[in-house]
Amino acid sequence: MAALIQAHTLSKIYNRHQADEVRALSEVTFSVEAGEAVVLQGPSGSGKTSLLSLIGCMTRPTSGQLRIGEKEVSRLPEPFLARVRRETFGFIFQQLNLLRDLSVLDNILLPLYPADLKTAEMHSRAERVLEQLNLLEKQRMKVAQLSGGEQQRVAIARALINQPEIIIADEPTAHLDSTLSKELLVILEHLKKDGKTIVFATHDPYVYQHRLVDRRFSMHDGVLRKAE
Amino acid sequence: MSARLKILEHALASMARRKQKNFAIIAVYTLTVATLASILFLTQALRNEAANVLLGAPDLVVQRLLAGHHDLIPKQYAEQIAKLPGVGKVTPRVWGYYYDSLKKVNFTLLGVNDASEPPLLAGHLPTSGRQCALGRGIADTYGVEIGDSLVLVDSKNRTLLYEITGLFSHQSSLLTNDLILLPEAELRRFFALPDSQASDLAVQVYNEQEVSTLAKKIKHQLPDTRPIGKMEILHTYDTVFNWRSGIMLTIFSSALIAFCILAWDKATGISAEEKREIGILKAIGWETSDVLLLKFWEGLAVSLSSFLLGTIIAYLHIFFFGAGVLGPVIQGWSVLFPKFDLTPAIDLYQIFALAGLTIIPYIACTVIPSWKNAVTDPDSVMRS
Repeated sequence: MAALIQAHTLSKIYNRHQADEVRALSEVTFSVEAGEAVVLQGPSGSGKTSLLSLIGCMTRPTSGQLRIGEKEVSRLPEPFLARVRRETFGFIFQQLNLLRDLSVLDNILLPLYPADLKTAEMHSRAERVLEQLNLLEKQRMKVAQLSGGEQQRVAIARALINQPEIIIADEPTAHLDSTLSKELLVILEHLKKDGKTIVFATHDPYVYQHRLVDRRFSMHDGVLRKAE
Repeated sequence: MSARLKILEHALASMARRKQKNFAIIAVYTLTVATLASILFLTQALRNEAANVLLGAPDLVVQRLLAGHHDLIPKQYAEQIAKLPGVGKVTPRVWGYYYDSLKKVNFTLLGVNDASEPPLLAGHLPTSGRQCALGRGIADTYGVEIGDSLVLVDSKNRTLLYEITGLFSHQSSLLTNDLILLPEAELRRFFALPDSQASDLAVQVYNEQEVSTLAKKIKHQLPDTRPIGKMEILHTYDTVFNWRSGIMLTIFSSALIAFCILAWDKATGISAEEKREIGILKAIGWETSDVLLLKFWEGLAVSLSSFLLGTIIAYLHIFFFGAGVLGPVIQGWSVLFPKFDLTPAIDLYQIFALAGLTIIPYIACTVIPSWKNAVTDPDSVMRS
């Protein structure tokens, strides 16, 4: 069976041919099987976020190829990339990136607005993820009124609403205390059991060593290595 | 619900989150539209009033000029004019001005000796010596209606009481607002005018196309006269109101420019928060076109609601509150007193032009800067 994510000699250079040119990734080659949980570790500026951005189709590589399932996505035009993002990925950002003045429900529904889904279907999906993440009671509250842990769960709910195959999480525990970090990993474990593929970057040794993780990679200066 | 409508729903929710900013923009936008629409409504209503009243006016009015100013015209001129081919009835008219120093208003007094009712008159024309018919402005000034009495002081300083038998309707306000009709013989007594002379002659012309030719013939035959065609009067009104509204539009164009600067500043000065939001939406799977649609809905909601609100305010200002702010400038001093109400008359072409000139630029100012952000890779949001 072909890997779900296949990266071949992926490179990413920001501000190319300019004075502030940055080589964020150097010929990264790796693959992730469906249902696997893969963690990227490395210091700040090592290229973890750049690699997650490339895998998540948020930007295109400067060179190299990337396949998501059967699809070669590294040269897809923007509208197709957006569709791949919407249909294949769920993102959990380090800063959560929620719209704080909107309600929990509105935040969760955001990825579905451009999709041609019936309103009833949208609300049924929202109800399912809200229930799954124990947020049903809070759905009408504004995000700004929630605690940090609840906001984290809203971010996860938003990542799950489009029923993605792959969850991308960038430093998901960076702003959480140890209790909330454990709670998050329990949720991610459940998602893995449901067959989701999880790729995340972390500094946190607790996450890095967690039983949820199948394979570990370390990054340094844009180069990916399999960790010991 | 289609994706477009769902994005519209989100656009409205987004706007509600930025209440203060959007309220300020809508307030300025509404004021600008209200001012411009008021000028257009008022000008159009005045033109319409003039055209309405002139429908019943004589085809040609002949005045006599003496030493360059209007003077009484001999009644025998009417007989000479009536002999010209193409001329119908020639009616000598008697009229004059009256100033009420207590109310500080100017009226026009016109003599009638014809039983035929002019259009837009309620009641009937005065038939006996101490009766009169009034324009609406005079009735409002004195608070009188049909059946009441009107007190006037004649040229010999005698106080006279006139029974009101008729009132002109609002539709004729522009020309009849300050008008008092008296029987012709009574008016001659009132102003002490000689029976052999009239203020001017109203000439009926069988063929409208012949009016200017006949005017030339009259001028040729009676060189001390000044014939004025109906269309000439209408054209003069048009020119005067267009000129005044043009001046007003020029003055208020500065307001429009100020608004454009505000709109541009609002649009180009897209906040860090808005940039972040665009990044989030792109990152979670919105396409550039979805983001632009969102911004389009936001721009349309602000501009359309401001336009509609501004237009309604302008309509109320002009047609319900008597154009209190702009009226004096467009109407001019001669019809300032007594005040009169305008009949609603709207030129849809002007409304569409105003909509096009305000809504489209605003939407462009909203969408274009967002487009610059929406086309960038969403991975910047990963790094925030």
